[in-house]
Amino acid sequence: MNERLPVLKTYKLFIGGKFPRTESGRARALKGKAGRLIANVSLASRKDFRNAVVAARAAFPGWSGATAYLRGQILYRAAEMLEGRAAQFADELNAQGTPPARARREVADAIDLLVHYAGWTDKFPALFSTVNPVASAHFNFSVPEPTGIVAVIAPPAPGLLGFIAAIAPVIAGGNTAVALASPDFPLSAISLAEVLHDSDLPGGVVNILTGDLAELLPHLSTHMDVNGIAAHGQSDETHRLLRENAALNIKRLALHPATNLSGDPYKILAFQETKTTWHPTHLR
Amino acid sequence: MAAKKKNKKATVAPSPADNRDFRTGELYAPAPEARDHATIEARYDLFIGGKFVPAENGKVFATVNPATEETLSEVAAAGAADVDRAVAAARKAFPAWSRLKAAERGKYLFRLARLLQERAREFAVIESLDGGKPIRESRDIDIPLAAAHFFYYAGWADKLAYAFPGRNVAPLGVAAQIIPWNFPLLMAAWKIAPALACGNTVVLKPAETTPLTALKLAELIADADLPPGVVNILTGNGSTGDALVRHPDIDKVAFTGSTAVGKRIQKALAARGTPHTLELGGKAAHIIFDDAPIDQAVEGIVNGIFFNQGHVCCAGSRLLVQEGVAGTIIRKLKRRMETLIVGDPLDKNTDIGAINSRAQLERIRELVDSGVREGASLHQSAQPLPAKGYWFAPTIFTDTAQSQRIVQEEIFGPVLTISTFRTPDEAVDKANNTPYGLSGGVWTDKGARIFGATRALRAGVVWANTFNRFDPASPFGGYKESGLGREGGLQGLAPYLHLLP
Repeated sequence: MNERLPVLKTYKLFIGGKFPRTESGRARALKGKAGRLIANVSLASRKDFRNAVVAARAAFPGWSGATAYLRGQILYRAAEMLEGRAAQFADELNAQGTPPARARREVADAIDLLVHYAGWTDKFPALFSTVNPVASAHFNFSVPEPTGIVAVIAPPAPGLLGFIAAIAPVIAGGNTAVALASPDFPLSAISLAEVLHDSDLPGGVVNILTGDLAELLPHLSTHMDVNGIAAHGQSDETHRLLRENAALNIKRLALHPATNLSGDPYKILAFQETKTTWHPTHLR
Repeated sequence: MAAKKKNKKATVAPSPADNRDFRTGELYAPAPEARDHATIEARYDLFIGGKFVPAENGKVFATVNPATEETLSEVAAAGAADVDRAVAAARKAFPAWSRLKAAERGKYLFRLARLLQERAREFAVIESLDGGKPIRESRDIDIPLAAAHFFYYAGWADKLAYAFPGRNVAPLGVAAQIIPWNFPLLMAAWKIAPALACGNTVVLKPAETTPLTALKLAELIADADLPPGVVNILTGNGSTGDALVRHPDIDKVAFTGSTAVGKRIQKALAARGTPHTLELGGKAAHIIFDDAPIDQAVEGIVNGIFFNQGHVCCAGSRLLVQEGVAGTIIRKLKRRMETLIVGDPLDKNTDIGAINSRAQLERIRELVDSGVREGASLHQSAQPLPAKGYWFAPTIFTDTAQSQRIVQEEIFGPVLTISTFRTPDEAVDKANNTPYGLSGGVWTDKGARIFGATRALRAGVVWANTFNRFDPASPFGGYKESGLGREGGLQGLAPYLHLLP
């Protein structure tokens, strides 16, 4: 009996830079091998989702107005934090069912993907901006600007890498996000919240919910202050519903049928608007 | 605008009762553009598979000159069977068109641009007759810009591989395109030119009240020897458009029109996930800071709201004026409004033409009445309006509140609402307080404030110290509920291409 009793972590939600319990008071038991309890996972409610949207809206002016350099440094900082806690994340993935070697590989890939997107923040605008040679005495240029609040549905797997592949392009582009974790890997998402929290990411830029997609989908897809939805690895039926409800306020959609984990500036572009500015030119 | 002739007797007050020159006080003589150069047939058929064919059910509808209420022509009303035929023709034409050497595809578009330039005068007259817009606008803006769009996208056809770094491109297939009545030919060019340059084939539905220039464009398409079926044109009403977007064999929908219809289309496409671009409504804020060049700003305001009778999705319909200059701006604006000539669209003196249709006139009246009921102060030009036809006097509202319908809803007519602000932050908050986000305007002499304000506006096109400028090289489209995707420029190619890794 000389073994010390470990202190277990309570996994909560991540909203507005804080870790509240779900207002609904509900939880789902996540069971590991031999049916042992790993953790009680918060079952976020409609109200939690709405609170997260309020937090994301509040964070949008600051995050979208931050310099691209700063956004890049914060994403890079998150990669640094993750690197330092790689073992913890690998263990956690393992506890949720990912074999140890694959879990270690996945954490490494997740860190590298964050670094990749950290480097995009101040480059994709150069790639997707234009100076437009109009046939009049005007200076005319078009630049990408973030769409606003994006609801992100993480892929079912892989737990950590998939979650990062889903949120990184959204926030690298200056949007704020409300992300729903994979039902099979909720712990990795909530632990990542700790990493984001430690990386000077302003509260509300990424909000993370754990819960039941079927329950939250009607709310997530009809919320009038959500400007876009990124869904990864979801069913055709879910896609149809998302498209149909998008018409309520012309939400932008990025529906990735299979899990595509590569870094890609066009994933950033999916939640960018093009702004064109005109100004007369003359010497008077 | 009126000739800028220097005259010592520049103090003559504008007379509200007739068409007097603002500076000289002399009457304008009418200067109508001749109609004889433009031929309008008594009847127009659909353009399907390179041939003009009647609707299968034989139905036709009249298109009316809104300035006189005279019937100009009868055009075929396409039904579901005609939609089937047109989509089949476009499908049949797609393989050869998409595999055609890109430079050759481009040359067809260059041809179209040239043919349109050659017949510009005829097109301008018909555009003004069918839609009611002043000949000065159709002659100087609509038709030349339409030709410029074909010329611009013609050049892209063989350069698509350079447009999207890291991606390979492929055309989508058959594009269904539905356009509005405010810029009939220009919208047709905005839709057709990029679609064809990217290797798609199209079925275009012009607006019910303005079908003629699209049908004249069909003549040019035939003259240009475009392969049959590459462009098909179906005239009809909303039910034709509905059948078109719901057709199972289309690969893309491009729609310009109201936000309400845009949402219905987006919903209709949900099951199949058909790609779509939507250019929808707007309620643009036009912000005048107290350091703005006042007289230029007044001209900008006039152009912003009275251009094309205010039938402009990006019209500067919500004027926000900084308190210090509000009195001056409103006084000058009222005075300028009295000098605007409302009348015969074919008269080269005309500033404001006819309202496009009786239905639109009724909608404008209904919204203006609501503004009065809700407590805003109405000021209208005292210029006389013609007895026949659909007309609405230039109108401004002061004493407005953010909650009023005239401030929130798109009026799509020559109606401006004016409110004031104290600080730049307040201006931006008010400007962005709308579900729309198509365009915006800013007038100020401070460079930093120009970029600060244009950046803060959540809108797709922002004009600084100018307004309502358009160019094929310049992307156009909205944020939020003003739409999805861009038309014009390099960005206007993406909606017509698969971007493959």
